[in-house]
Amino acid sequence: MSTTTLETAGGVKVVKPTVASHIRDYIGRIRGGDLGALPAVLGLVILVLIFGSARSDTFFSAGNFANLFNQAAGVTMIAMGLIFVLLLGEIDLSAGFAAGVCGAVMAILLTEKGYSEPVALAAALGSGVVIGLLLGFLVSKVGIPSFVVTLAAFLAFQGVLLNILGEGKNISIPDGFIKSLNKDSLSVTWSWVLAIAAVVIFALVQFMRYRGRAKRNLVNEPIGIILLRVGGLAALILISTAILTQERAINPVIASLKGVPIAAPVIGGFLVLWTFVLSRTSYGRHVYAVGGNAEASRRAGIPVDRIRISVFVIGSFMAAVGGVMLVSRAGSVDPNTGGSSTLLYAVGAAVIGGTSLFGGKGKIIHAVIGGAVIAVIDNGMFLMDFSSGTRYMFTGVILLIAAGVDALARRRAAATGNR
Amino acid sequence: MAATPLLELRGIDKSFGPVQVLHDVGLSVYPGEVTALVGDNGAGKSTLVKCISGIYTIDAGTVTFDGKQVAIHSPRDASELGIEVVYQDLALCDNLDIVQNMFLGREKKSGIVLDEPTMEQMAGETLASLSVRTVKSLRQLVASLSGGQRQTVAIAKAVLWNSRVVVLDEPTAALGVAQTAQVLELVRRLADNGLGVVLISHNMNDVFAVSDRIAALYLGRMAAQVKASDVTHAQVVELITGGRSGNLGLPPEKPTDFVDITPGVQK
Ligand SMILES: Nc1ncnc2c1ncn2[C@@H]1O[C@H](COP(=O)(O)OP(=O)(O)OP(=O)(O)O)[C@@H](O)[C@H]1O
Ligand SMILES: [Mg+2]
Repeated sequence: MSTTTLETAGGVKVVKPTVASHIRDYIGRIRGGDLGALPAVLGLVILVLIFGSARSDTFFSAGNFANLFNQAAGVTMIAMGLIFVLLLGEIDLSAGFAAGVCGAVMAILLTEKGYSEPVALAAALGSGVVIGLLLGFLVSKVGIPSFVVTLAAFLAFQGVLLNILGEGKNISIPDGFIKSLNKDSLSVTWSWVLAIAAVVIFALVQFMRYRGRAKRNLVNEPIGIILLRVGGLAALILISTAILTQERAINPVIASLKGVPIAAPVIGGFLVLWTFVLSRTSYGRHVYAVGGNAEASRRAGIPVDRIRISVFVIGSFMAAVGGVMLVSRAGSVDPNTGGSSTLLYAVGAAVIGGTSLFGGKGKIIHAVIGGAVIAVIDNGMFLMDFSSGTRYMFTGVILLIAAGVDALARRRAAATGNR
Repeated sequence: MAATPLLELRGIDKSFGPVQVLHDVGLSVYPGEVTALVGDNGAGKSTLVKCISGIYTIDAGTVTFDGKQVAIHSPRDASELGIEVVYQDLALCDNLDIVQNMFLGREKKSGIVLDEPTMEQMAGETLASLSVRTVKSLRQLVASLSGGQRQTVAIAKAVLWNSRVVVLDEPTAALGVAQTAQVLELVRRLADNGLGVVLISHNMNDVFAVSDRIAALYLGRMAAQVKASDVTHAQVVELITGGRSGNLGLPPEKPTDFVDITPGVQK
């Protein structure tokens, strides 16, 4: 294996990256225990192939593909927030019922109190922020372990939900923007406009970064890797859009149904927002730093307590967003909204996607990939007529495998000095 | 002889609850010189360093920097003065890369966005100025670096900020022969560039190899601060283990009455 070196900033010699060395590095990282999202992506492909071959007519239909977005949206949103919490090595067990409480606040304001949609939406998201501040304060300033704080909150929020809804009551939300969020689809024109805009912007950002670094004579990724990445994303988005803009109504004459589900750009928007925050701002850098080594961060002058509070705020805020998506999909809220498997699916999505339970390692995209895995399992096994009991058991096993992969990868990393 | 000390501590006391760890400690750090801080395990070296860097607040005593009395309450205060510390327990984040670690807590930004190219450029230039010429990539995670490379990153992080005093707490403790030599060379180069360097070490060979002055702590008291050329290995070892050596060091009886006889400070 010959390597050429080149000089970068200030004359430091570094290995010149090529497409081959890039691939070699990637394999090296995986062997060193840094698996990232790879197991989840492979798992997703395998699951899709299995369900697709078993139920090719239903699973591979455009209608089912669209349905997957709506099914995954709520859990994925909650998982995005959980990733911030997990990055610090903390946990939020209350995120599911926090979603339920925030959704109920919104539904009650919309119906019984007669407020407008923007007010109800703002109140739901605001409730999330308040919940997060409370949890973060208890963990960071009082010093109660997050496991205990959020376990208590899990119970308490379940009670809050029961009380504000009244035992067993079910509140339906009126038609409108909120209800269409996780139910309806964009028009075909808008679907294509957004898809093409996303691809073009992604390509531009990648290209501009490449040029900026080249101008400063810094080491760049080989252009082949960048083209591969842009091409891959373009293919994924454009093919998905092509499928989703097919007619999928059973009887198109009565009501036509086509276009990208609104949930998709909502997921995509939050994915871009939080990825930007984590990887391009000093706040995000500090979140990783505190998760990696809190004492080192403190010595570097990072306000560790404030960072700790902030991740709970983001966690509960995203739980509120998840709550809105859950309520929107069901068209109503009841005492079980955000309950049963919601939280475990969200934690599962983050961990299956590749975020570490030990802190310091994770990306927002993991919520999307892991959320997709969970939605596919749920959806595919339902189509294959498995009982919900079997589905739970299977999902539990998958989560255990993902957590096991995480733990083993960590040991492997420690063994290869790759911590 | 170097002119005036860049950093001067006088009468530093520090207790943890009922346990007094530092008693009336004085220390002078001169620009362009390496001052070795020696002492047995538990003598209070790391505690003194953490007092200088604002991790601990001192109970009594004064800190003078560049002729002015200063109060250091936090790591931020210390770094604003130009005091940087490389800690015994390395303060690096394993999950971040070289550049990210070097700029931790002081990231360069353009608007709200991190200015990665500028940081990478500055990191590279700093490493090059320390004659670090080969790393695989500036974007390598520090977890994958060798002990010596990690130490180098920690030192580079400390000199990145036009710092004037750099304190290194046992920088060679975990290193092999070759890497120790490299780090010591680096330490010497910092002083030659005009910085005031404090080097904590248990290894007498290292101490005599690079330092201009030696300050010996004994049970939380400053036994002596002397020029390295004025003492022998054996004398320093006696200062470390017994607090005195011949006419140097703490008086035999009643160490609490000890005033300030540290020759390096007085002359
Ligand atoms: N946070 C603390 N709380 C209570 N006691 C402490 C604390 N930190 C240090 N000490 C005590 O202060 C004394 C000096 O410790 P310090 O770490 O400064 O020693 P040192 O000279 O750096 O030793 P070494 O050579 O082993 O690194 C020890 O007796 C230690 O037990
Ligand atoms: Mg020490």
